[in-house]
Amino acid sequence: MTVATSTGSSSTAGYYGQPIVAPHVWEDTIGWYFFTGGLAGASAVLASAADIAGKQRLATHARRAAMIGLVPSPLLLIADLGRPERFANMLRVVKPTSPMNIGSWLLAVFAPAAGGAWILGELGRLPTSTRMLGLVGAVTGAVVTTYTAVLVTNTATPAWHEAKGELPYVFAASAAGSAGATVTVLSAMSGRPDPIAVAVGAGGAVAEAIASTVMQRRLGDLSTYHSDAPTRRLDRLAKLLSIGGAVGLVAARQSRLRTSIAAAAVLTGSVCVRLAVLRAGTASASDPASVLRQQQRP
Amino acid sequence: MAENHPVGFQWVMEAKRRGATVIHVDPRFTRTSAVADVHVPIRPGTDIAFLGGLINRVLDTDSDFREYVVAYTNASSIISDDYVDAEDLGGMFSGWTPSTNSYDDASWAYRDRNVEASSGNRDDGGAATGERAGAHGGQHHEGQHDEGQHDTDDPTLQHPNCVFQILRRHFARYTPEMVAATCGIPRELFDRVADAIIENSGRERTGSFCYAVAWTHHSVGVQNIRTAAILQTLLGNIGRPGGGIMALRGHASIQGSTDIPTLYDLLPGYIPMPHADHGDTLEEFLDSAAADTGHRGAMASYTVSLLKAWFGDAATEDNDYAYGHLPRITGDHSTYQSILGMLDGTVDGFFVLGENPAVGSANAGMHRRAMAELAWLVVRDFQEIETAAFWYDSPEIETGELRTEDIATEVFLLPAAAHTEKSGSFTQTQRLLQWHDKAVEPQGDCRSDLWFFHRLGQLVRHRLARSTDPRDHPVLDLTWDYPTEGPYDDPDSEAVLAEINGWGPDGSPLSAYTDLRADGSTACGCWIYCGCRADGVNQPRRRRPGNEQSWVAPEWGWAWPANRRILYNRASADPNGVPWSERKKYVWWDDDQQQWVGEDVADFQVDKRPDYEPPDGAEGVEALAGTDAFIMQSDGRAWLFVPSGLKDGPLPTHYEPQESPIANPLYEQQDNPAMQRIDRPENPIAPSPGEPGHDRYPFVLTTYRVTEHHTAGAMSRNVDRLNELQPEMFCEVSPELAALQGLRHLDFATIVSPRAAIEARVIVTDRIAPLRLGDQVVHQVGVPYHWGSKGQVTGDSANDLLGLGLDPNVHIQDTKSQVCTIVPGRRPTGAARRRLVEEYRP
Amino acid sequence: MTVVDHQDLSVDASAPERVGFFTDTTVCIGCKACEVACKEWNELPSEVRGLTGHSYDNTVALDATHWRHVAFVEQPADVAVPDALADQLRAQASSMVWLMSSDVCKHCTEAACLDVCPTGSLVRTEFDTVVVQPDICNGCGYCVPACPFGVIGRDDHSGQAAKCTLCYDRLRSDRTPACAQACPTDSIQFGPLKELRERASQRLDELRGAGDHRARLYGHDEDDGVGGMGAMFLLRDDPEVYGLPPAPRTTTRDLASMWKSAFTAATALGVSIGAVVSVASLFTRAGRSGKRP
Ligand SMILES: Nc1nc2c(c(=O)[nH]1)N[C@H]1C(S)=C(S)[C@@H](COP(=O)(O)OP(=O)(O)OC[C@H]3O[C@@H](n4cnc5c(=O)[nH]c(N)nc54)[C@H](O)[C@@H]3O)O[C@H]1N2
Ligand SMILES: Nc1nc2c(c(=O)[nH]1)N[C@H]1C(S)=C(S)[C@@H](COP(=O)(O)OP(=O)(O)OC[C@H]3O[C@@H](n4cnc5c(=O)[nH]c(N)nc54)[C@H](O)[C@@H]3O)O[C@H]1N2
Ligand code: SF4
Ligand code: SF4
Ligand code: SF4
Ligand code: SF4
Ligand code: SF4
Ligand SMILES: [Mo]
Repeated sequence: MTVATSTGSSSTAGYYGQPIVAPHVWEDTIGWYFFTGGLAGASAVLASAADIAGKQRLATHARRAAMIGLVPSPLLLIADLGRPERFANMLRVVKPTSPMNIGSWLLAVFAPAAGGAWILGELGRLPTSTRMLGLVGAVTGAVVTTYTAVLVTNTATPAWHEAKGELPYVFAASAAGSAGATVTVLSAMSGRPDPIAVAVGAGGAVAEAIASTVMQRRLGDLSTYHSDAPTRRLDRLAKLLSIGGAVGLVAARQSRLRTSIAAAAVLTGSVCVRLAVLRAGTASASDPASVLRQQQRP
Repeated sequence: MAENHPVGFQWVMEAKRRGATVIHVDPRFTRTSAVADVHVPIRPGTDIAFLGGLINRVLDTDSDFREYVVAYTNASSIISDDYVDAEDLGGMFSGWTPSTNSYDDASWAYRDRNVEASSGNRDDGGAATGERAGAHGGQHHEGQHDEGQHDTDDPTLQHPNCVFQILRRHFARYTPEMVAATCGIPRELFDRVADAIIENSGRERTGSFCYAVAWTHHSVGVQNIRTAAILQTLLGNIGRPGGGIMALRGHASIQGSTDIPTLYDLLPGYIPMPHADHGDTLEEFLDSAAADTGHRGAMASYTVSLLKAWFGDAATEDNDYAYGHLPRITGDHSTYQSILGMLDGTVDGFFVLGENPAVGSANAGMHRRAMAELAWLVVRDFQEIETAAFWYDSPEIETGELRTEDIATEVFLLPAAAHTEKSGSFTQTQRLLQWHDKAVEPQGDCRSDLWFFHRLGQLVRHRLARSTDPRDHPVLDLTWDYPTEGPYDDPDSEAVLAEINGWGPDGSPLSAYTDLRADGSTACGCWIYCGCRADGVNQPRRRRPGNEQSWVAPEWGWAWPANRRILYNRASADPNGVPWSERKKYVWWDDDQQQWVGEDVADFQVDKRPDYEPPDGAEGVEALAGTDAFIMQSDGRAWLFVPSGLKDGPLPTHYEPQESPIANPLYEQQDNPAMQRIDRPENPIAPSPGEPGHDRYPFVLTTYRVTEHHTAGAMSRNVDRLNELQPEMFCEVSPELAALQGLRHLDFATIVSPRAAIEARVIVTDRIAPLRLGDQVVHQVGVPYHWGSKGQVTGDSANDLLGLGLDPNVHIQDTKSQVCTIVPGRRPTGAARRRLVEEYRP
Repeated sequence: MTVVDHQDLSVDASAPERVGFFTDTTVCIGCKACEVACKEWNELPSEVRGLTGHSYDNTVALDATHWRHVAFVEQPADVAVPDALADQLRAQASSMVWLMSSDVCKHCTEAACLDVCPTGSLVRTEFDTVVVQPDICNGCGYCVPACPFGVIGRDDHSGQAAKCTLCYDRLRSDRTPACAQACPTDSIQFGPLKELRERASQRLDELRGAGDHRARLYGHDEDDGVGGMGAMFLLRDDPEVYGLPPAPRTTTRDLASMWKSAFTAATALGVSIGAVVSVASLFTRAGRSGKRP
């Protein structure tokens, strides 16, 4: 016979199944910030490209889209701080080892650039300055869409850290998708949906779905996208909305209504991707077994 | 020890680092077991069988330290021919008197002489007296030299009635098989322990035992320790460095409270409390109480000095030094007797200081019912403890057995100052006095106990000031003039220490108890503490670090008596005064200096040569030879066999606890015949094996402490730091018992004894394994006793479960080995709770 | 405005020797004096959470209000033998093991928490220890998932991160950290890290010599994944049994590769959007020119 082992003894993985590394303490607002930041960044890129290509109508809409993303970003960021009143401390130092710190500096450059470009663009004054500011916005904006990936992958959370190669692409694609979708709607409001925006939106959304699938594959037994129920649900939803939205955008043709619905789908999908990442992280860090698997990898 | 004396335990770990083998004997696998080399799971209440087994092994294999045994123990003494051992009386000894349910110890005496117990109970009038043994001293030593005379003493240890042979016969049946069948200790494990202790004894090595209430809290508490004493003496481990038996005491200064006792039958320094039958005069008292040999011979000086300290000028030669002022005892007035007195209405008032009996005392329910019968109750504590709240918040109120409106007891709850708020000394395990200074003034109305009693005394004396009634004289004659200090007129505790230390004719502090006189010229509050303020210096306050002095560290605090760190240390040298070995040298005879020298203060007349022979008719210390190392014993020998002074036999004998799941495997006699039984409706006892209804309480119930909490809990259950660490009342059971009774980890269970039903969260753990006795498996339920209804965290009290059956020598309760049953789920509340208990009772 | 990198404020010549802990769990008696002493000295709140059933551990883990944590692990001599023998063996509970170990912040040489801290609130002190500056921390929470040991936490009440300071205030006045001071058995040994490393190896040899083959050191290797720990441990079992990561790694070490993929991804974003726009404009031009033969 085998004598039942005491329940007082740590039979489950690790120490009574307690996490070995601490799960992140962030709220969904951070996921939303990843989204708005991505939207703003990618829109700025699109705006600048359109501006250079002389597509002023597209550029204007893209600059507006950037502002739509930009305005709430800091608010969302601050909202998640334990001591919001000390937000400014983010810029107390320049710290290359801290993606969050670098990100703050990026935003500090990106925001005025994109903002300036928007104002001048709306006023239709100083086209060269507008273009220069736009360019700065585009360069920083592009990084704004992906630094958040570095932020989460530079942690001890296995499902995050081990996705360091793929997550930036997921975020970049997702950002493009959301930017395209937003601009599509804006353009649709004032006339007909811009085909370039549609292309960017649909393309981004599809790329996002592909990238995140690849990421989950590479994560293998560290992926919590399937093992963890809430993550799985969000992930499925994200893919559904992104692909569906992409198809919708293309199929919608001139219809404002259908365009808006499709765009909404792409945007929601893009939000779900970010929230899924947060959930996946929580699940991953909470599971001592996955930390052990990660560390026992060759 | 790791659980309850963690700070002291650091030295055990230190010893382990240096290669010592640490053995832990405990039914449960505790924090101590975790770091011990060997853990020996034992059935609660069977230590005598286990230690007896070891004694048997030592004698069987001639592993005793023979030279030591012959020279320093009473192994060679020949016992009266009337003596009959438990061997031949089914577990009883000769002298049993059914009419009184007690022993007459006459037949246990040394052949042809009487000896005086060096301590022990005198609450009956008839402590052995009679012919003084000055003569015996002589005989005894002739015996040693003239081989012809073997009438009282046989150094060859061959005489069939010599202690050594009696010992052999008595312990012969304590075989490893018997140990396994009684204690549940497997043979291999027993052998391992036996080998370890034998290897660690002798000239080169020593071993020591530490114990606390796992040995004392039994109906055979004293005999448990006696068994260890026999073993250690046979192995030559007494009076030598690294040897001994350490009583790990409990409350801070609980040692101090036996030295300067809160015990009814003792005066300070273990002077027996006068008994009504001891006669009215000091002479009669001394006659009956003082033996003529050993230091007890100075009893007169100690007693007179004590009376001078207490009554000052009112104590004169003509009035017998006010000896008449001392109260008399007429029998057993111990705690539990007093509780019965409350129930019977013979005790009206009750002072509770530094105690919380409503949670801490065995059969707490009986205690609470008793307090409900009091006229008044005074509780001094830090907060409203259960004892002060029993009249409106207690299980009895909840079940309706007591109704607040029926309780007439007037309860006074007074705020006490804590040890940090007053200065004073603690006396710990090693008889070491350590002084602590007040850190802060007490808050609000809190006052020290010293302040309280001093003030109370002043008020009483004021009321009686004009009284002419002789019965008031003792109170009025007391010296009650302590200087006070601080914002609250706190009596100066240093002044109290000064009185305890004592002074000579010129009022200057005495430096040693040897200065005490019986002519009224000296005053001393406690002779064994005499010298703690030598030269007017507060010796207990000394704090010289160990690394700045010898390894014995004589300048850390002050140890009684005479700052001696190891008692009977004369035995650390051989009969000729030469250390048994270089490795273990401690105190030895220096021929050049013609005195005893060494690491410690010699526990011997410093200039008495090893070859000193007492002249015929010598008295007092003079009657002790240069080899009589155990100077507190009337015959100067360590007593393997106790000819007088014990209530339950001259030799330890395994008896089952009052409540036990099994029949005594060793003797017909089931439990301690001399046990003090409390046969009352408030104290129902489970049937013994064979009796009807015995199977209703199939499991062994044992109670204990956890590191995170302290005793009855008031000091820890109000500290969130500790509550966080150990938040809830729980009980511990083995996976096997859990399976048997359907108990689930962390669920509630109800534990039922003949007295009560309590609930606790279940902790299923391998740390409390079932014990196999032959073909029988004994399951245990372990319960910490820290919880009650007051404080930050509350829970049922283990003590509601326990029944009373007391050790006859010291009247202590058994908290370690009782019986119960355990079932899943929470207990019923209200009257249903009471009914549940009654349903289980046969 | 200062530029700081992860080897920051510390190492200047005048700085005192690096100090830390060697926790010898083989002599730990689980008295929890360290936990209490830490809370007392650092005035951390206590919260009664109820019985966990994890042996005698009811505080579960290190977090913002538990800077010392004593783990308890019961390891039964789990016997798979015929019934007859079973109880016999079980009776010899001496064969069971009860591990106790007091965990604490490792004060890593390459401290991930410090690396990722965006405000510079986490700093390295003159004693080469890692501390949070409460007046600077803005509660961003980044250090929490960054720590490879799950040591640091964000306190719900203060909203700030908190962890062992190695009793910085006591070190400043040449006093032993409260936990080490309180430890009765010297399970927690405090001192210059170099000496402690020595002592740790000696102790290991001692135990191995005495035939204790379960004994092993943790955090003793200076080139481990965190560049060496300021708190090392002598364990009786695998680290994970005590809730410690077997191969902790400061993820900042991969920062370069992480930024690289971030930049490539960003570039890819720019390029593809650029591509779409220019391709589109090509079409439209082509369209116009098409209308003009
Ligand atoms: N943390 C803490 N320390 C304390 C106290 C406290 O409450 N908390 N109380 C203080 C006081 S007042 C005292 S008296 C001491 C008491 O100190 P201890 O005597 O150590 O106290 P217990 O825990 O009651 O009992 C010790 C062990 O006896 C075991 N045991 C039970 N029955 C038997 C038996 O028949 N034989 C043997 N060999 N073992 C048995 C129990 O499993 C328990 O582990 O501790 C003092 N120190
Ligand atoms: N089941 C079971 N019962 C047991 C035991 C067991 O092992 N098992 N052990 C027994 C033993 S060994 C003991 S010692 C007892 C202890 O049991 P008790 O002595 O009844 O309980 P304590 O909680 O120690 O009570 C001490 C009280 O004194 C108060 N106090 C502390 N300092 C001072 C002071 O300076 N002045 C005053 N006036 N009050 C003060 C504290 O607040 C506390 O309420 O329990 C006994 N009961
Ligand atoms: S509580 Fe006090 S007396 Fe008891 S072990 Fe700790 S320090 Fe010693
Ligand atoms: S253990 Fe964690 S919290 Fe402590 S220094 Fe290392 S990374 Fe920071
Ligand atoms: S929570 Fe405080 S300490 Fe932690 S990273 Fe953010 S700012 Fe630094
Ligand atoms: S060093 Fe100080 S802060 Fe750190 S755990 Fe020990 S006591 Fe707590
Ligand atoms: S104080 Fe020492 S012995 Fe006690 S738990 Fe902490 S580390 Fe272990
Ligand atoms: Mo006690």
